[in-house]
Amino acid sequence: MRLKSIVLYTVKKAVKLLTLLVAVSILSFTLLSLSPIDPVQSYIGADMTRVSPEQRENIAEYWGLNESKVNQYLNWGKTILQGDLGTSLIYRSDVASEIGERFLASLLLMMVAWILSGGIGFLLGVVSGMNEGSWLDRIIKGYCFILASTPAFWMGLLFLMVLAVWFGWFPVGLGSPAGVLAADVSLADRVRHLFLPALTLSIVGVANVALHTREKLIDVLQSEYVRFAKARGERGLTLLKRHGLRNISLPAISLHFASFGELFGGAVLAEQVFSYPGLGQAIVNAGLGGDVPLLLGIVLFSTIFVFTGNLLADILYKVIDPRIRREGG
Amino acid sequence: MKAQSMSRKTHSFNWSVRRRTVAGILFASILLLGIIISGLLIQTDNIAINLEGKNRAPSLEHLFGTDWLGRDMLMRTLKGLIFSIGVGILAACSSTIIALLLSLVAAWNKLADRIVTWLIDLFLSMPHIVTLILISFAAGGGFKGVVIGLSLTHWPSLARLLRSEVLQLKTAEYTKISRQLGKRERWIARNHYLPHLIPQLIVGFILLFPHVILHEAAITFLGFGLSTETPAIGIILSESMRYLSTGAWWLAFFPGLALLVVVGLFDLFGRSVRKFVDPFHGQRG
Repeated sequence: MRLKSIVLYTVKKAVKLLTLLVAVSILSFTLLSLSPIDPVQSYIGADMTRVSPEQRENIAEYWGLNESKVNQYLNWGKTILQGDLGTSLIYRSDVASEIGERFLASLLLMMVAWILSGGIGFLLGVVSGMNEGSWLDRIIKGYCFILASTPAFWMGLLFLMVLAVWFGWFPVGLGSPAGVLAADVSLADRVRHLFLPALTLSIVGVANVALHTREKLIDVLQSEYVRFAKARGERGLTLLKRHGLRNISLPAISLHFASFGELFGGAVLAEQVFSYPGLGQAIVNAGLGGDVPLLLGIVLFSTIFVFTGNLLADILYKVIDPRIRREGG
Repeated sequence: MKAQSMSRKTHSFNWSVRRRTVAGILFASILLLGIIISGLLIQTDNIAINLEGKNRAPSLEHLFGTDWLGRDMLMRTLKGLIFSIGVGILAACSSTIIALLLSLVAAWNKLADRIVTWLIDLFLSMPHIVTLILISFAAGGGFKGVVIGLSLTHWPSLARLLRSEVLQLKTAEYTKISRQLGKRERWIARNHYLPHLIPQLIVGFILLFPHVILHEAAITFLGFGLSTETPAIGIILSESMRYLSTGAWWLAFFPGLALLVVVGLFDLFGRSVRKFVDPFHGQRG
């Protein structure tokens, strides 16, 4: 019985991901084919004068640009199913390996920021919720509202200005020191280069988790069972540990998992500010440089990324929360 | 538990909270109006190039300092804010309309509801900034693309809210009675759904502004729709990056702060209005 429901769940989610990817790919393919930017033109770039009209025609022929849009989509889909995402025009390399390499750098950045913002946000939310109405609560709430209105990249610019330029504590950009071979980069150097982008990214994510946790905790503290616990004489941290934490941590964690989309968006901006060589920087360059294969690849990849976050949140609920497990049967 | 939290809220919604809400609305709207009017009053010669006074730190004459062409940063910032608010109005209008239409369509029948839900999920399944980049690219990478992108991508969360509202109304007693009296779906939509949705629409409309403005700044900062002539905050900030190492901190600090203030004001305005039209839910921050 148990096994059957797990298999059913997996199949259901897999089908959902598949239809989602097909829909996203059709949508983005249509959007990109509407673009007035000529792919041949953007491929040739600066060599424009050296390429004759016949050669252009050949390139278009070779890429299958003369076929109908539907055929183009099907051809593209076929090669993707074979694991070939095409060749990036601006980096002149295989899209799949380019994404893989850059995703590792981005993943490191996003995970550090994700854990930091989750931890700090949860802590702030708990402190604020425990002291509802006090000055501490007001400060934390106000801080979160201000944070929610702050442009992430401006925050990054300020950090860059103060910590990197004025004090010189951190490098101004890039993922590793310039002019050093990749193999020679030390761990300390990597951490130093990662610090500012991760700090920027984590600060932005705090507000959401903190406000959510605060609301939940206030709700829990209003409940019958907490009133009863108080009547038994439980106070402060013991009360929080016994009756509060379990109830509020699950929604907070799953909310945090479901925010992968915003995390990715924040990473795009943070990477741009600090010229960190990740996926976000690649999609900006692809969009500005007319690199269609890379752009499509990253769109699909980011969709999978967001889906994974939502899926993890969903599974977490199922595994941890007995109420939902029972309802789901 | 539900009733209890309700009573807590009705209790705290006393005169002083009401007064504070009104004060919030007044404060935000006066400041925003001030920014808009002063921004509209700026003549273009105020941001004329003045090479003799370039790279000045903030002073009484130039409150926000001047840039590398001697242009007054306060004027440029105000122009940028006006632009942001303009794009905000456009995008918030179109997104609200799309969301309303989709929620009404969702009320039609099961299939329509499924399609609408699927569309919402589809748009929420990509990071917002990725969708913006895609649409901006599709429109040829120009400035038009950025505006179209912002207008077409902010509806999903509002549509989701309105849809659940409509579904609730659909099963309410009085719409059932209307239906049994032989009223058509369109009549019910106009006379039962719409009046109920209007407060949600107004609040949703205002609360879209902060999102649109922040996204507008972000996407122009990334370089989409870039033309140095366009007075957008994102462009000012991305230009300022080149001068950070020379110590020109005011180029980035003040425009960003001004953006933060405007976004914050819209947020305050929207939340205050929500408290006003929907006191029970509005209390939740």
